[in-house]
Amino acid sequence: MSGGTSVFGVRVLVRLRPSVYDPQGETIRRALDAVPGLEAEAVRQGKMFELEVRAADAAEARARAETIARRALANPVLEDFTVEGP
Amino acid sequence: MRRTRFAVLVFPGTNCEGDVLHAIRTVIRQDAELVWHKEGSLDGFDAAVVPGGFAHGDYLRAGSLARFSPVMTPLAEMAASGRAVVGICNGFQILQEAGLLPGAMLRNRSLTYVCRDVWLRAEDRSSPLTAALDEGEVLRIPVGHAEGNFHVSDAALAALEDRGQVLFRYCDAAGRASGAANPNGSRNHIAGVRNERGNVAALMPHPDRAYEPALGGTDGVRLFESLARWNAS
Repeated sequence: MSGGTSVFGVRVLVRLRPSVYDPQGETIRRALDAVPGLEAEAVRQGKMFELEVRAADAAEARARAETIARRALANPVLEDFTVEGP
Repeated sequence: MRRTRFAVLVFPGTNCEGDVLHAIRTVIRQDAELVWHKEGSLDGFDAAVVPGGFAHGDYLRAGSLARFSPVMTPLAEMAASGRAVVGICNGFQILQEAGLLPGAMLRNRSLTYVCRDVWLRAEDRSSPLTAALDEGEVLRIPVGHAEGNFHVSDAALAALEDRGQVLFRYCDAAGRASGAANPNGSRNHIAGVRNERGNVAALMPHPDRAYEPALGGTDGVRLFESLARWNAS
């Protein structure tokens, strides 16, 4: 604790929008397809960020993480994001 | 005639600033100075070029972290004032991430870094990169990038085309745009765009690698001539 605040762990998941072709995911899918037992109908690759943010409470921590995600971690032209926790 | 004074921005990881500086000074004989990304002012400059490289190491997304550098504030002001702001390769990605140009770059469809000459067709002359070109002019200029796959939504793409904001398309030597001539999967084979107003422009290929015979080509000179002409008018 410091000045009535705590550090909260928050997770941000960034995904390509469904309309955006994902060449990395498609390459992974093709590689999996070549191995019996590893076949998948589709693969989409995204990014996961684990943040630790200092805030007065969980709601403030989540709001900070959403701002970070919107302004930096995700590009709105290509990507959507979701925030999990704290 | 007064010379145009160009700021050539340098971020940690920028690596084409020397080529751009040399081309502006020797090819079009204008003034150019390097400006470190920590600078908070572009006072005294008429125009700016954001050169290629790997600004801030390309972490997160190519060009994304450069948006938070201090020099981006006066750069946005320069763009808003109607002066020329031009991006090359990583400079294109930076201008997109900063919201000064439309779209975003995906990983190349091939997933490989593509480094070779491509052919470009000039589509629109109302920008600092195309002012001296003929419409339909075909140029041979090298690319060198892993994330140059230009993407915008269907609606934004239609708007770009309607407003004539596409400056260059990948094509073959005869000027025919096609998937086979497109090195990265860009939508509508787009290699360069401008903003609506026409003073902010960028392309993925490197005119700064094609301005002397010793470099293997001189078609890049035409783009530097455009920079000079646009600023003189």
